[in-house]
Amino acid sequence: MLRYALKRLISLLISLVVASVVIFAVIEVAPGDPASFMLGVNAQEDTLAALRAELGLDGSKVQRYLTWVGGMLVGDFGTSYTYRTPVSQMIADRLWVSLPLALYALTLSTLIAFPAGIYAAARRGKPGDLTVMGATQLGIAVPNFWFAMMLVLIFAINLRWFNAGGFVGWDNGFLAGMHSLTLPAIALALPQAAILARVMRSSLLDILGEDFMRTARAKGLSRRQALWRHGVRNALIPVLTIVGLQFSFLLAGSIIIEQVFYLPGLGRLVFQAISARDLIVVESVVMLLVFAVITVNFLVDLAYAAVDPRLRSRT
Amino acid sequence: MRLLQIENLSVAIHGTEILKQVSFSIDPGQILAVTGESGSGKSMTALAVMQLLPNGAKTEGSIRLEGQDLLNCPEAEMCALRGASIGMVFQEPMTALNPVKTIGDQVMETILIHKAMSHAQARERAKEVLTRVGLPSDQFSLSRYPHELSGGQRQRVVIAMAIALRPKLLIADEPTTALDVTTQAQILDLLKGLVEEYGMGLLIITHDLAVVSDLADRIVVMRHGEVVESGATAELLHNMQHPYTRMLFEASNHQVTLPQPPQPRPLLEVKNVVRDYRLPRKRLFGVPGQHRAVNDVSFTLNRGERLGLVGESGCGKSTLTKAILGLADVQSGEIRLDGKPVFSGHTPNRDVRRKVQVVFQDPYGSFNPRHRVARLITEPFYLLDAPPTGAERQDRIDEILAAVGLSPNDASKYIHEFSGGQRQRIAIARALIIRPELILFDEAVSALDVSVRAQILDLLAELCAAYDLTYLFISHDLSVVRTITDRVLVMKAGRIVEHGETEQVFSDPQHPYTQSLIQAAPTLPEIGRSMAKPIC
Repeated sequence: MLRYALKRLISLLISLVVASVVIFAVIEVAPGDPASFMLGVNAQEDTLAALRAELGLDGSKVQRYLTWVGGMLVGDFGTSYTYRTPVSQMIADRLWVSLPLALYALTLSTLIAFPAGIYAAARRGKPGDLTVMGATQLGIAVPNFWFAMMLVLIFAINLRWFNAGGFVGWDNGFLAGMHSLTLPAIALALPQAAILARVMRSSLLDILGEDFMRTARAKGLSRRQALWRHGVRNALIPVLTIVGLQFSFLLAGSIIIEQVFYLPGLGRLVFQAISARDLIVVESVVMLLVFAVITVNFLVDLAYAAVDPRLRSRT
Repeated sequence: MRLLQIENLSVAIHGTEILKQVSFSIDPGQILAVTGESGSGKSMTALAVMQLLPNGAKTEGSIRLEGQDLLNCPEAEMCALRGASIGMVFQEPMTALNPVKTIGDQVMETILIHKAMSHAQARERAKEVLTRVGLPSDQFSLSRYPHELSGGQRQRVVIAMAIALRPKLLIADEPTTALDVTTQAQILDLLKGLVEEYGMGLLIITHDLAVVSDLADRIVVMRHGEVVESGATAELLHNMQHPYTRMLFEASNHQVTLPQPPQPRPLLEVKNVVRDYRLPRKRLFGVPGQHRAVNDVSFTLNRGERLGLVGESGCGKSTLTKAILGLADVQSGEIRLDGKPVFSGHTPNRDVRRKVQVVFQDPYGSFNPRHRVARLITEPFYLLDAPPTGAERQDRIDEILAAVGLSPNDASKYIHEFSGGQRQRIAIARALIIRPELILFDEAVSALDVSVRAQILDLLAELCAAYDLTYLFISHDLSVVRTITDRVLVMKAGRIVEHGETEQVFSDPQHPYTQSLIQAAPTLPEIGRSMAKPIC
């Protein structure tokens, strides 16, 4: 198990290095000079040179790459070209919204999807299954911003249980913070739950047809006991893959929901930074997201090994 | 009172009749074998006893276990009986165990689910039964996972689960079909020993008459969901009444007459071939180990000769086959066909490749289901520089389909429209269509029912006469190799341990391994042989 984890860790580090080189190169070849963008088209050449030097844009490419990576390792992401504030601080502020939101949504999605998927699989072809499948079809078909607007309409405007948007901040307490993230989390979670429930159902149905399920029944386990003791854990393997992918998506891909609920998250930060050619912010956020995705994949790999002993002994 | 009494059992699934009026009984300590070809309803009978029939099944008649009516037994009571009073062993040991649970947990589960013992006692009992089935806990710890065991060892675990609570009735559904002959012999011995020791009744389902005749007290022969004949083993074999029983018996030991091979002229020469596989690294930065799958193998196959290759799974048969086909490079040694190397450098030699064709084991998986037969069997034409086209191509298709006993009209059909035996005929047609110098048969008749297998063997004998076939016949089935080959190679752990004239090797094996293989293979008794009539 330790060897397996170590191997995955090495592959994680290699992926990170490769990703950082690719991100740096792509941003480098993108046309446009941040200094001339900030100073406008009529800026003097010497003013531009001074600004480039200030922004650290005048060294060789290798030097700049090393400075950038070295800075990130000690938590220094550089200074935003447009806001002139440390990028690390900007990201940290946004991360305190985006990360809890992603985790909240993922928890909700899993809590809805697992029971729904297992329930549907256990009642294959019966009304319960058809209802769940119909609901998931709807969940996949309807875009999450529509859900978001409906949630606002019902729970914020009509019932007044929640605010229609904005984030109160964690200073007002954990519960208040979670309260203001609840509607966005539900809106994000519903389509993800629909996908996850379908994956759970089909994965479990595959497992229910396996020979060892019949063996379990031949031992005297009831249908339900066989399902829980032998089915669910085996069915988790493909489901974990989807959970990992969903977390990555929720962390970075919630830009529309952030817009609808007016949340200061990472998605909006990237969007604004791209519009303003604030390349250092874009670079850093993208790198951070890549780091998050690779780390989540690493955790999913470890979870695979925890679930499936065959992976532990394989190299 | 009978241990198990089945009377007029009929089963229909979604309106299709699967079993018709099946009746038989088993006494304590008795071994009853149900035999027949695929689709005869053997497994359905077993599942009906367990009340584990697929959804949509309707049953009539009665199944009684010590007088208790199982067909009308509520599900909760059936759960209490399964595992405790009736144990079951399945065909596929590789998939019958849950891959994510340890063998100890799985054996203990049978005990704990019936609340027969405390956790600690269940653990002791699990150790005890695993030791009884030949997996002593000092060598096979309870914390092992199924993937760490071989097929035979897994089957022992499945048996341990089934007998953990000493059921009165044990049902074994083709328990040895997926195993090698020597492992098969050990598992059958184990089952027999358990029946004697525990006084259980054993209902064994098998298509293999040789297994049946050796083991069972009574035999039930089934066909199309009906019992066609039943009786005490010796009596039934002495006095086979039903033509189907006689046909099964004859087909199980079907003999063909091959034409005399021509004067030896080498076609395939395999010299000192070595093939290694890389093993996973033991340590993170350690040097990976090597597994020598084929170890210094040399032999010559002459033109017009039929050569057999036998050995147990993992002995290197398939690796050698791949090397001859040019599908896998070899580390050292040389393979020449008709004087030319199979590999030129590290790439397969096209000139040689077109002279070899292969027929695989699985008649269901070895065809693309979306192509018509005409396209499937003409695939090898791609190997030719100037493949026949138009009328010539059509003639070749018609001729080859006729040669394998199919009709030219079959060319426009899809593969799902054919039975297993017909598919294997199509596979042979595909191999023959470019008139290869050499055909490899890789377990080509192993997946077929005995009667179909007999027909395919007849077809091969006919084709030998018509086309002067040269082939390498790879099989674990010794009785088939004995009749369909002139010479035989016996392979063990990557080496050829014995070779010679087939009849000579079988009647007077020299190597201890060959001797153990031949001894382990179940054989049909002479009494039955004299009674069996040839297939009409």
